[in-house]
Amino acid sequence: MIELEGLTKRYGEKVAVNNLTCTVRPGIVTGFLGPNGAGKSTTMRMMLGLDRPTAGDVRIDGKHYDQLTDPLKYIGALLDAKAMHGGRSAFNHLLCLAQSNGIPKQRVHEVLDTVGLTAVAKKKAKGFSLGMGQRLGIAGALLGDPRILMFDEPVNGLDPEGIHWIRNLMKSLAAQGRTVFVSSHLMSEMALTADHLVVIGQGRLLADTSMADFIAQNSRSYVRIRTPQRERLLDVLHSAGITVVETGNGVLEVDGDKSAQIGELAAQYQIVLHELSPQQASLEEAFMQLTAESVEYHAHSDTPSAPQPQWGDGWKGN
Amino acid sequence: MSTPQPPMPQAAATWQAAPGPSNATYTSPIPVVRTHLGHAIASEWTKIRSVRSTMWTLGVFVLLVIGIGLATGALVAANSAPESLAGENPLSFGFFGLLLGSMCVSTLGVLTTASEYGTGMIRTTMVACPSRGRVLAAKAIVFFSVAFVVTLASAVIVAMADVAMLDGAREPSGEEWLKGTLGISLYVALLGLLSLVVGSIIRHSAGAITIMIGLVLAPLVIALFMFSESLEDLREALFEYSIPNQLSVFYSNSLTETGPSGWDPLWIALGVTAAAFAGAVALLEKRDV
Repeated sequence: MIELEGLTKRYGEKVAVNNLTCTVRPGIVTGFLGPNGAGKSTTMRMMLGLDRPTAGDVRIDGKHYDQLTDPLKYIGALLDAKAMHGGRSAFNHLLCLAQSNGIPKQRVHEVLDTVGLTAVAKKKAKGFSLGMGQRLGIAGALLGDPRILMFDEPVNGLDPEGIHWIRNLMKSLAAQGRTVFVSSHLMSEMALTADHLVVIGQGRLLADTSMADFIAQNSRSYVRIRTPQRERLLDVLHSAGITVVETGNGVLEVDGDKSAQIGELAAQYQIVLHELSPQQASLEEAFMQLTAESVEYHAHSDTPSAPQPQWGDGWKGN
Repeated sequence: MSTPQPPMPQAAATWQAAPGPSNATYTSPIPVVRTHLGHAIASEWTKIRSVRSTMWTLGVFVLLVIGIGLATGALVAANSAPESLAGENPLSFGFFGLLLGSMCVSTLGVLTTASEYGTGMIRTTMVACPSRGRVLAAKAIVFFSVAFVVTLASAVIVAMADVAMLDGAREPSGEEWLKGTLGISLYVALLGLLSLVVGSIIRHSAGAITIMIGLVLAPLVIALFMFSESLEDLREALFEYSIPNQLSVFYSNSLTETGPSGWDPLWIALGVTAAAFAGAVALLEKRDV
């Protein structure tokens, strides 16, 4: 379990993490979500004792990180894939980590096998692809067989096979009763792996909720209908007790998953339908709405925008 | 899937009472060990022996020290009459090789700490061992031992060969042997250790190496260009305390000169390195990794 209390980090004027309080619980995958620059990595670095908090506190199973005598057995972290010396072989990289925590050498072979790098154990890390580097980083995180695992953007730059592998790995680690804390800026990725969500934006806590609740609150399912016999369909649906919303362009929307019922009614009353499609509002949209105000680096999608009214335009025409 | 979440309870006690999806926390079969400096030293030893820069710097070092040391001895033996060497300390011909070689030791010292910042390895290191002082101490012990052993071995080989080659020179006394092998090896290894500490402070390999080369050469070069009478004292001090001159003190038997003499350079290097080490530890504790 990891407890954050009023965690704050300031770099000069800029507040990277602002009074963050939350708890990461064991046995589930907790997704740590936020747009780029939201303070995810800074928070993780403070959890690992790398950055000193300006204010507040982080406790790992009740202790400060630097009070842990053999930290790799408490917490394994993948910070970034390239946090290693490229000239050292994968085996030696893991060996020096194992030695620093009194972990038996045998364990190095085991984790290399787990991540599938046994064949390249003697190769230098700088020759590794991004995916292999990521696997080596994960091997380092698993080295101490820790109760808590922390992954910072683990799927970045991975191929679909690698993404699939990491997803299953995180789930199985959590199923063993471990605490799994994984950061991402992709809501869709989190929807597949996380049981719990902590969302931050500009260093502030925006949401701390279970994935199920987040989905229930934010993903509306509805049925989209288009028909040339609009009035007649409205009457039929109304008498069946179904509420319809008109959204313009001749499109009707009905909340919930009622497409079968609507189709049957239309057939019964011989109404022509041009479209009858179940829809799901994406979690990505919900996430973007949640963090819209706190996104730090906006790109402008509306390239050559309409010319802004010039000063004086208002009276020139008069 | 997770159970619906009540408002997050803060206290650990309340927390454990709450039903979780799986109640048992994972327990590892790996035995828990209370780590100490020994573990950090084992780790640093693996690190220093598993990168190629160690082999390069120490290989070039051995080549320079032994190559130049033997070549100087051989040239002097071939070109000077035995009587002209009378009174000379034959160990002193190891000086040039060690002076050049000290650059290699400094480079390795800097790389031991600064390269971890360059590669990002430092984050992995500090996560594995949150006691930052212990990391620096382990690096210092491992590096100093390696540098000292390699320097001592090279210096002894050169000393024995030069004594054998230069028949005309006098037999060095016991203390001269001690200073010319053990003393100068400790000094060169300390210079390397100072570089390691500077690497930890600067966190940038090229920057730290440049500073160390400047430290070795600048005082002597500056002293050479101080023509003014009024700066005579400063010029003298710069010259006497320059690192090349301090190195030569290990071969000189005269105690009448001003400036450092006898074992003084060793104490000076020890004091400077200890002060820099304390500063590096303080900075390490204060700064973010």
